[in-house]
Amino acid sequence: MYNSPSPLEVQVLTRRFRLPNSHSIETYLQNDGYKAVEKALGMSQEDIINEVKASGLRGRGGAGFPTGMKWGFVPRTSPKPKYIMVNGDESEPGTCKDRLLMQYDPHQLIEGIIIAGQAVGAEQGYIYIRGEFRYLIEHMDRAIAEAYQRGFLGANIFGSGKTFHLATHSGAGAYECGEESALLESFEGKRGNPRIRPPFPAVAGAYQCPTILNNVETYCAVPSIILNGAAHFAGLGSPKNGGTRLFCLSGHVNKPGVYELPMGFNLMRMINEVGGGVRGGKKLKAVIPGGSSCPVLKADECDLAMDFDSVAAAKSMLGSGGVVVMDEDTCMVKAALRIMRFYAHESCGWCIPCREGTTWLRKLLQRFHDGMGTKSDIVLIGDLSKNMLGRTFCPLGDAAAMPTIAFVEKFRDEFEAHLDGKPCPYEKSSKLVAA
Amino acid sequence: MTFSPELEARFERFLAKYPADRKRSALIPMLIYGQDEVGSITDEFVEEIAKRVGVTPLEVREVSGFYSMLHHKPMGKYHVQVCTNISCLLTGGEELYERACHKLGLGHKQVSPDGRISLEEVECMGACSWAPAVQINYDFYHDVTPEQLDKLLDGLKAGKDPEQITEVPKVNC
Ligand SMILES: Cc1cc2nc3c(=O)[nH]c(=O)nc-3n(C[C@H](O)[C@H](O)[C@H](O)COP(=O)(O)O)c2cc1C
Ligand code: FES
Repeated sequence: MYNSPSPLEVQVLTRRFRLPNSHSIETYLQNDGYKAVEKALGMSQEDIINEVKASGLRGRGGAGFPTGMKWGFVPRTSPKPKYIMVNGDESEPGTCKDRLLMQYDPHQLIEGIIIAGQAVGAEQGYIYIRGEFRYLIEHMDRAIAEAYQRGFLGANIFGSGKTFHLATHSGAGAYECGEESALLESFEGKRGNPRIRPPFPAVAGAYQCPTILNNVETYCAVPSIILNGAAHFAGLGSPKNGGTRLFCLSGHVNKPGVYELPMGFNLMRMINEVGGGVRGGKKLKAVIPGGSSCPVLKADECDLAMDFDSVAAAKSMLGSGGVVVMDEDTCMVKAALRIMRFYAHESCGWCIPCREGTTWLRKLLQRFHDGMGTKSDIVLIGDLSKNMLGRTFCPLGDAAAMPTIAFVEKFRDEFEAHLDGKPCPYEKSSKLVAA
Repeated sequence: MTFSPELEARFERFLAKYPADRKRSALIPMLIYGQDEVGSITDEFVEEIAKRVGVTPLEVREVSGFYSMLHHKPMGKYHVQVCTNISCLLTGGEELYERACHKLGLGHKQVSPDGRISLEEVECMGACSWAPAVQINYDFYHDVTPEQLDKLLDGLKAGKDPEQITEVPKVNC
């Protein structure tokens, strides 16, 4: 098993994970499986969408957009075919939850997708899974085949006369393909460059047809909402932030792992009570609350409710649920540099502010970390980042700029400590490990 | 160009997944699964796939150049990928990567002379809570210690397949 559970968890999406053969269709059926979709097949499209709206479910992929509202944007009377697209690209650094949802309860995901299909009248869905997760693609293929065998997928699902088909789709390595419009391009067999919006995918998505595009975890929440009611799901979380969320604790904690906690759970408690505190009895320095794109929080900012609105009020983002914990010995210049190396590598090159901005920032930060930075570079790093904000074609540019601004503003002293050829104060004397 | 019957069957399934006039959607899945058999994205392979999905070879190259898992030169039989992104960095991923460089005498995307082993420093592979993480081909290794890395690499160098290195099992969890 991936990690031991915490007694503080509230297991909704993960409640079957620890059953024997949790991934099998039999286990799923014995534990409420496919009851929600049968219920949904008896509901009107409007009712399904309203239920999801009332649940307060917000997208788990990063931006936290209200899911029911997104579904409501699909022009259901359009004569074009409609598609359900599942974002299983899981590539935001710090995030490792969707793979568990697919591994341990693939049928929960399939059921959520079928319900989404019913909500907008789609007859086809695709699960885009990052290429590195080959074992999961095969695992999902087996689960999909099981569902076809039972008549839960295909023509005449559950004897309702309705059709719904589902298939997996492999990516081939590109962070940008997690961005919704780049994902659609990639799905169509092209480079993963983003599309101009509007139109949004709800109106012109896959093959320019109306498309619902959500994160894996978002779909996984849907069966429980339909089965137990919107009010139940909403009540688990905090105002306007329904339900639970899979938080991925990583970095310098004693018990890193994926934990399902109510929305609004306190970050300090997450680190200390769920994660067992900072490793080695060290002091907490900083936390990235929702994957590498989210501005870093200083230790004294971590007494914080982990829901979309509270973290936004603290000028960061809840993002994708990746909580990266850094202890007092972590070099913030190095952390900023490593994150920027990632964005510079992953920028798709389509728009200039992002392509040039990330590369320039990477070089500046590298120079800085090597002890060759100047005081004006600190200003330059901040200025460059601020000039990228809102000026790139897709949010990857913002995702690179926002954390950088926070690193520089909140840890300026650490940047200054690297000035004038001083070696990184945190670097161990000998970096090289003998073979 | 001919492929194994298994790959042919897979290609057929891929092409059937998408609407009849949208065969191009199968392009990337065909490239990545095909690469496993062909070894890399060769000119001949590009031409064949282009024909099958109904685009020009140039269009295929335009796409294949974008994706980091598609290689235009063969990688080793065992492609060792070490993540050094943030969660792995904090837990020793960089040291693991350096250790692998020394042990194998290889750098980023280099292949051993006998073609058995190649090395790559990779970005986050979605194993952050079990960092530092390593992948060999498509198999994950979690919470990798320097000692475990040594066992894996020594085993590979001694001619073993990863499955035979039983002290360090893969964890596709
Ligand atoms: C650069 C970039 C990378 C992204 N990567 C992912 C990803 O790996 N998985 C994901 O679900 N969403 C990712 N997103 C967010 C998607 O664009 C999209 O908002 C999300 O999949 C919508 O689903 P949701 O409303 O259920 O969150 C990414 C966004 C950006 C800008
Ligand atoms: S940072 Fe290494 S797996 Fe995510």
